[in-house]
Amino acid sequence: MIFSYYPGCTLRNKAKDLDAYARASAEALGFTLQELDNWQCCGGVYPLGTDEIASKLSSVRALAEAKDKGQDLVTLCSACHHVLKRVNDDMTNVEDIRTRANNYMKLAEPYAGETKVLHFLEVLRDVVGFDTLKEKVVNPLTGQKIAAYYGCLLLRPGKIMALDDPENPKLLEDFIRALGAEPVVYPYRNECCGGYISLKEPDMAKNMCNTINESAKGFGAECFITACPLCRYNLNKTEQGLPVYYFTELLAEALGVKEGAL
Amino acid sequence: MNAKEQVQQISGVNPYKCMKCGKCSATCPAYEEMDIKPHQFVSYVQSGNIEALAACKSMWKCLSCFACVERCPRDVQPGRILDAARQIVVRQRGGNYLTAEEIPPLVDEDLPQQLLVSAYRRYKR
Ligand code: SF4
Ligand code: SF4
Repeated sequence: MIFSYYPGCTLRNKAKDLDAYARASAEALGFTLQELDNWQCCGGVYPLGTDEIASKLSSVRALAEAKDKGQDLVTLCSACHHVLKRVNDDMTNVEDIRTRANNYMKLAEPYAGETKVLHFLEVLRDVVGFDTLKEKVVNPLTGQKIAAYYGCLLLRPGKIMALDDPENPKLLEDFIRALGAEPVVYPYRNECCGGYISLKEPDMAKNMCNTINESAKGFGAECFITACPLCRYNLNKTEQGLPVYYFTELLAEALGVKEGAL
Repeated sequence: MNAKEQVQQISGVNPYKCMKCGKCSATCPAYEEMDIKPHQFVSYVQSGNIEALAACKSMWKCLSCFACVERCPRDVQPGRILDAARQIVVRQRGGNYLTAEEIPPLVDEDLPQQLLVSAYRRYKR
């Protein structure tokens, strides 16, 4: 099975491991991530203004290319996933944005939200299935106590992300169980890490991440997993912070394809 | 179009739906840092006091975490109001909060590209 794949800017640079472990794992699970021929950075933050068009076009181009190929569009970074799903929702439901965005594009047929956007985790849950994943695990992570860190962008707004219950998610916990490890549920798992505030106000992000870290530690976690390079960067700045891994690294490890993936 | 109408149009928010329950402020992780609090954004729009909103510190403290959007029982989406005020400041008044010259000393070896593009989108025209 082949999916169109949107890596995003960070997975081509600082988060190459997030990408490489995902591709290797995908092959082990019987599907392929086929990178789009042309993609540009999504901008990292969804442009909220109702009159913002130009800043949404990079997403629209990616969505339209996947439509041309007749493939679902998979992404890994929480921010890319957030932006692509929200722009796709605009293209589906907001006539004014759809019309004006299409006016910029040279498409044979206007794009109207036909592409299905999936986070890699959704592919694992809904296409592969966690039961099948569990069967394919060769190195179960038995005994590891892992805290899933969702952050903001994967889940909210719940109506549009439609990934999981935004207040009581279980996607990553089920993923952790499938790998043979033990999920640690703690209250701050879907609270913000500070996001881009860490550029100009690192102390503010640090305070927030300290709270998240203490919360997870208090419930007995030994490490975090995340899908977001920025969450990982911010969490790594805490004092005596738990180690933070991309979920794909643990996946590749459990599937026995970690060696040689990078 | 006056500034009040502009904020309503850019944000797409109807401030009159708010029932002043305060849930948005209670859940906002940047609350302590904000001079105008999330539950107050709507009041500034209702009273047309856009100048005060356009001068607030809060717009640079908001994290785009969408907690206020998710948890508002009336689907007011207060974070969008702040974003619209920010749009007016960066689009019309050149009020950028980040300049290219500022960046190099802020960058360390691990800094993900995502952080720079996000900060650019939020802080600059
Ligand atoms: S949560 Fe919604 S209804 Fe309650 S004060 Fe905030 S904007 Fe108003
Ligand atoms: S989006 Fe901004 S205003 Fe809303 S809860 Fe998050 S930080 Fe606060």
